[in-house]
Amino acid sequence: MEKRNARRTREIVVPGDVLADASDYRAGENAYELDGKIRANVMGTKTFTDNTVGVTAMGGFYMPVTGDTVIGIINDVGPSNWMLDINAPYPAPLHVSEVPWKVEFGDTGRFLTVGDVVLLKVLMVDESKKIQVTMKDSGLRKIEGGQLVEIEHSKISRVIGKSGSMIQMLKNMSDCRIFVGQNGRIWIDGDEENTEVVAEAIRIIEAESRSANLTDRVREFIEKKLPQSEEDDEEDFE
Amino acid sequence: MSGHTDMVLVDENGIRIDGRRVDEKRPIKIEAGVLKNASGSCYLEIGKNKVLCAVYGPRECRPRHLQDPTKAVIQVKYNMEAYSVTDRKRPGTDRRSVEISKLIAEALECVVQTELYPRASIDVYIEILQANAGTRCAGLTAASVALADAGIPMRDIVPAIACGKADGNVLLDLNKEEDNYGQADVPIAIVPSTDEIVLLQMDGNMTREELDHGLDMAIAAAHEVYEIQRDALKRRYASISKKEGESDE
Repeated sequence: MEKRNARRTREIVVPGDVLADASDYRAGENAYELDGKIRANVMGTKTFTDNTVGVTAMGGFYMPVTGDTVIGIINDVGPSNWMLDINAPYPAPLHVSEVPWKVEFGDTGRFLTVGDVVLLKVLMVDESKKIQVTMKDSGLRKIEGGQLVEIEHSKISRVIGKSGSMIQMLKNMSDCRIFVGQNGRIWIDGDEENTEVVAEAIRIIEAESRSANLTDRVREFIEKKLPQSEEDDEEDFE
Repeated sequence: MSGHTDMVLVDENGIRIDGRRVDEKRPIKIEAGVLKNASGSCYLEIGKNKVLCAVYGPRECRPRHLQDPTKAVIQVKYNMEAYSVTDRKRPGTDRRSVEISKLIAEALECVVQTELYPRASIDVYIEILQANAGTRCAGLTAASVALADAGIPMRDIVPAIACGKADGNVLLDLNKEEDNYGQADVPIAIVPSTDEIVLLQMDGNMTREELDHGLDMAIAAAHEVYEIQRDALKRRYASISKKEGESDE
């Protein structure tokens, strides 16, 4: 995402609110122009980016974007594809040619079945919002074990934090493997107690996503819950 | 509109039976986000009307034949509870509720950016818990707040209010007695940013001058309703983020 300008007070806007004059700014994300005024499309906070003004939405559905990594749950198995729920308004088909295995026609059920959870990448979204997902990329696989936490997709950026600060802190302190899907699903795997603590920490991040110094407060929370853990500088990437 | 009464609906001082002036609307209370399982929801009271509205979606459109490959469809279900009126209302869909559902769906289609969600459906459920005239306006007002609460992109929020005529006076926001024994009932809904009219019906008779006067009153009142809707949504947001602070994303 582009670098945002110097901080201004975060004003709450609702659909139809005037954000700025069209002569001063251009309409950005979730904004439109009408009669020389930029107006909001959704409820959220007013956000300035260079010479555009837009709205950071506070809710709504996850809309898949090409290249997003998401966590999907298998809904249905067909002879040559699987149907997945990725928390979007539309179901996402995963074709046999997009999995890392050689699958015979009609043999799909042996590899993935209803209820399985998989890491995916959004391969393509066309103009009629038909989604295609793939598992053919490094690190994409079927998930076994661990815990799945679901939060609002708009809060995902807070879970990752500024250049990954929050997620890195969570990983280092808990010694868990964490995978964050852009669609609001988070998979945590590790020691049972630690997993619980991380899940709880993520709930805190979701509930207090708009407050300051969240990383510090989450760190305190984990230190209290897991006194033996300490943040080491060891980088453990997925 | 049909019945006759000896009741004085508007007295010589221009005061109505519930103590309002002719250009005064009933007190409105709106609360957004009251249902946890819906994408968006709203509870609204206007006078003695009580309305609950829930929005689901956008989600895959079912039944499939209603899908539109170019835009989302808005499916509205307006339903009056059996206990919403003094004599029991026979439950289920009837001609009136089909009409109101269609009307509200069309009004909402004017503001919701349905083209962003092709093949999807946005489902709006409006339940009238208690009715006292003006439920279609109340339902539409609640539905647009619930849609905004669901985070659905829309150009504006739609406020709706009725004007009408009783005892020869042009009135704003008719109550049950004025609706039943008056001469006309004109519900209206607008887009506040442009003053476009997205819903207008007239039941009864009014002269051209009376209608113009009534519409002026209703449009001005609709802007006031709009402020109450905005306020409800902002309160909802404030309650989500109790601690206001700067964000470091």
